Amino acid sequence: MTKRLAIDEFLASHPDEGKVARFLSGKKFPIVEGSSVTIVWKGNADGVNLRHWVYGLESSNALIRVPGTDLFYLTLEIPARSRVEYKLEVYRNGGSIWLEDPLNPNRARDPFGANSVLQTDGYAAPTWTNPDPVSRPGMLEPFSFDSDSLGRREGLLYIPARFRRSRQYPILVVHDGADYLNYAGMKIVLDNLIERLEIPSLIVAFTDSSDRLREYANDARHAKLMTEELVPYVAKRYPLLDRPHARCLMGASFGAVAAFSAAYRYPGFWGRLLLQSGSFAFTDIGKRNRRGPLFDRVVEFVNKYRAEPKTVSERVFVSCGVYESLIYENRSLVPLLDATGMQVRFVEARDGHNWENWRDRLREGLSWLFPGPMMFVYE
Amino acid sequence: MLPVPRAVVLLGAQRFDPSLGASVSRLGIDGKIAIVTAGWQEREPEDEELSAHLGGRTVNLRLHARAEEIFRADPELHAAHRERQELLRHRQDFYRIRLEHALDADWVIRQRAAPTAVLAEEAEASVKSIRELDAWHLAQCARIHAEFDARWDIANRPSVKKHRKEIADIVGDCDAIAIAGGHVATIVNRLTLFALRGLVKDRIVFAWSGGAMAISERVVLFHDDPPQGPGASEVLDAGLGLVPGVIVFPQPEQRLRLDRTDRVRVLVHRFAPSLCLAFPARSRITWRAGKFTSPKSVIKLTLDGAHQEFAPKKGDAA
Repeated sequence: MTKRLAIDEFLASHPDEGKVARFLSGKKFPIVEGSSVTIVWKGNADGVNLRHWVYGLESSNALIRVPGTDLFYLTLEIPARSRVEYKLEVYRNGGSIWLEDPLNPNRARDPFGANSVLQTDGYAAPTWTNPDPVSRPGMLEPFSFDSDSLGRREGLLYIPARFRRSRQYPILVVHDGADYLNYAGMKIVLDNLIERLEIPSLIVAFTDSSDRLREYANDARHAKLMTEELVPYVAKRYPLLDRPHARCLMGASFGAVAAFSAAYRYPGFWGRLLLQSGSFAFTDIGKRNRRGPLFDRVVEFVNKYRAEPKTVSERVFVSCGVYESLIYENRSLVPLLDATGMQVRFVEARDGHNWENWRDRLREGLSWLFPGPMMFVYE
Repeated sequence: MLPVPRAVVLLGAQRFDPSLGASVSRLGIDGKIAIVTAGWQEREPEDEELSAHLGGRTVNLRLHARAEEIFRADPELHAAHRERQELLRHRQDFYRIRLEHALDADWVIRQRAAPTAVLAEEAEASVKSIRELDAWHLAQCARIHAEFDARWDIANRPSVKKHRKEIADIVGDCDAIAIAGGHVATIVNRLTLFALRGLVKDRIVFAWSGGAMAISERVVLFHDDPPQGPGASEVLDAGLGLVPGVIVFPQPEQRLRLDRTDRVRVLVHRFAPSLCLAFPARSRITWRAGKFTSPKSVIKLTLDGAHQEFAPKKGDAA
């Protein structure tokens, strides 16, 4: 016999304010019972909506008021091992505000603020995303130079712990570098993966653009900046291994388009690509994708690639959340990449278009692109 | 007959909670200690902590740096060395391809339902084929090394001979040799190049992590929890063989899934009759006069896939 959900038992108990208090006490919210998830809001409101970004579900779902109380609830079916970011839209006095769920302590930050995070059974933030006192920390040092292509550029260089000038290092260039550092904890991840020998010591250039929607959308100047200016700039200062397999471009969303299109313009130079939830919009007929004019140059590029796929790199790691609309574009891209003879690994996760999804895939992606010496080193 | 050390002490990892000093004291060593930190590669000279831990009476044999000096001074040998390493890498790759298939086949067969007697025979056949692969690979490595040594007459090559002499003189003034962990292929390579095996007579040898693997009979690379999923444990090469009949598995806390009895069982059957011993932090054991003594927290992997604290008994020594 199926066990009744906590919320159903509560509803059957003829709730009053006293029972509401008892119901809320000592529970973790949202309530996860198998694949059933119950989100709860208590407070003065004319109505409450769940707001989330799960593609395939209604983006706004009304919570139901428990009669005679100020408690609202909504039960959804969400598969195990899922991670869903959300907010609650609370209606009062003819207006509404979006709030983080006060009953849920889990938060994810992003450039727009923070979201509440719902985690179903089987999901746990990976241990290697947390600071580890055992891991020797690398250093972040600012860099800046005047680019012929796109003017003054600034960013941060990650120099691994135990760096030695007598060694040569692979380079990883990260688009939207500040966001990867701030919202995907990428320095902690690098420190941990290098310490655990899962990846080799790397030099990482965290780059940013003040006009990313333009520069990242298959822009020749951006590709030149990355390939002909940034890499030589770093190589003058640090010993880089001068081989395609030791050069990786990565990014998420439009950043993934920037990485892939730059590699496309310099085939063979970037031997490693890490593309997360790439905005690889395309059309099968016509030139305008449903996503709007911002994507026109992306569509033009991806359509061109789809018509004539070619080898641009050696290894490409592609990841995407199954709860984001871009899963369609990414699933469509993978067989094209594969057919060119590039080594391709595609990983899907029960997550959305967000920084913690991109963080959680870093270990698998980086260690596949740059296998570390863990089988050889026993300290 | 190969020189025999006075004793060999195998230890768990030393980085966070070193127990080497206590072991040195326990054995009453008050003279100098030659240390090998070649596994740290370019960081070889950064031995201040280790030296302080041993009371400052250490002499670093500088095996990594000496090899670099030889390669600079003797480009012909350097080129030959690179060529040999390339050959070894090819052999390792091909061995790994076969090994992964053999291990996969073993796993698939063990998932099948069949009469117990049939399954037992098939399991034995699987292990036999894996053991044959391991033996084949070791033989290939031995052949490559023998050809290299013969062709380049390493023992009498002036660039090498000079350093071997210096090292022999240093070790001659020391009571013990301490071999640290690090990159195990580098450690094996440097210990072999400088013929450390011939210098251990009447010395006490301490070794941990990659160092302990390097002085055992066979070096087995392993990790049960790598990011791309557990792969095959693979034989790298022969070690110095100072402790015969033992396969060393350091850092089991991070590297071995001892709860995976299926994997442990295959491992133990594969290397039997050698003992598979895991060395967590602060563990130790002494090998002296052909037997083990003073074990502490060493884990023995057993034929049924389980594990237990190692209590040496007659027959455990090869």
